[in-house]
Amino acid sequence: MPRLLGVEIPGDKRIEASLPYVYGIGPRTAKKILEQANIDPNIRAKNLSPEQLGEIVHAINASGLLIEGDLRREIQSNLKRLQGIRCYRGIRHMRGLPVRGQRTSTNARTRKGPRKTVGVQRNKDAKAGKV
Amino acid sequence: MGRSLKKGPFVEPKLIEKVEKMNQGGPKRPIKTWSRRSMITPDFVGHTFLVHNGKIFNSVFVTENMVGHKLGEFSPTRTFKKHGAHTAKVTK
Repeated sequence: MPRLLGVEIPGDKRIEASLPYVYGIGPRTAKKILEQANIDPNIRAKNLSPEQLGEIVHAINASGLLIEGDLRREIQSNLKRLQGIRCYRGIRHMRGLPVRGQRTSTNARTRKGPRKTVGVQRNKDAKAGKV
Repeated sequence: MGRSLKKGPFVEPKLIEKVEKMNQGGPKRPIKTWSRRSMITPDFVGHTFLVHNGKIFNSVFVTENMVGHKLGEFSPTRTFKKHGAHTAKVTK
């Protein structure tokens, strides 16, 4: 299990398939990086020499991609900005509802999470006619 | 789809006029506006706008971070309804 950029440990898949285990790298960028580093995408990740690993790291750094912690931080700060100015998008993020104008009457389960049944909570006094 | 860059940001001409007047040393006071569609330009920073939401005017104090957003984004048009106890306080 080779290590890449500190903590990344892609398994014994082809390097092209194991690079996307890094947060911030998908299939597409993985291909691009390997092309840049001049490495055959079909080599198993464990068979890479330290020099080749170094070249991959170099290619990633040179590409100016945000990766792992930096990317996460960037996303968080973007959210924080939206929430800080209390604009519509920020409020939707805070409430965990869809941000881009989708319907919420049905669906929107990705944002809302598993269905929660909410019963009516009656006022104890209401039944007795007191209120 | 975004707006064409060629045209530049849309701001109600009337609104620009008012802001400019205030920036040139006029008395500073909140601007009442219905123009939710206007983009916030850097000139707007530090001013207060009363943005209509269809019912009332919400006061929006513009800070630097808000530049590039529309005024309407800061004046919600819907009330957030949630489930909860139907107490006298809630139902009024």
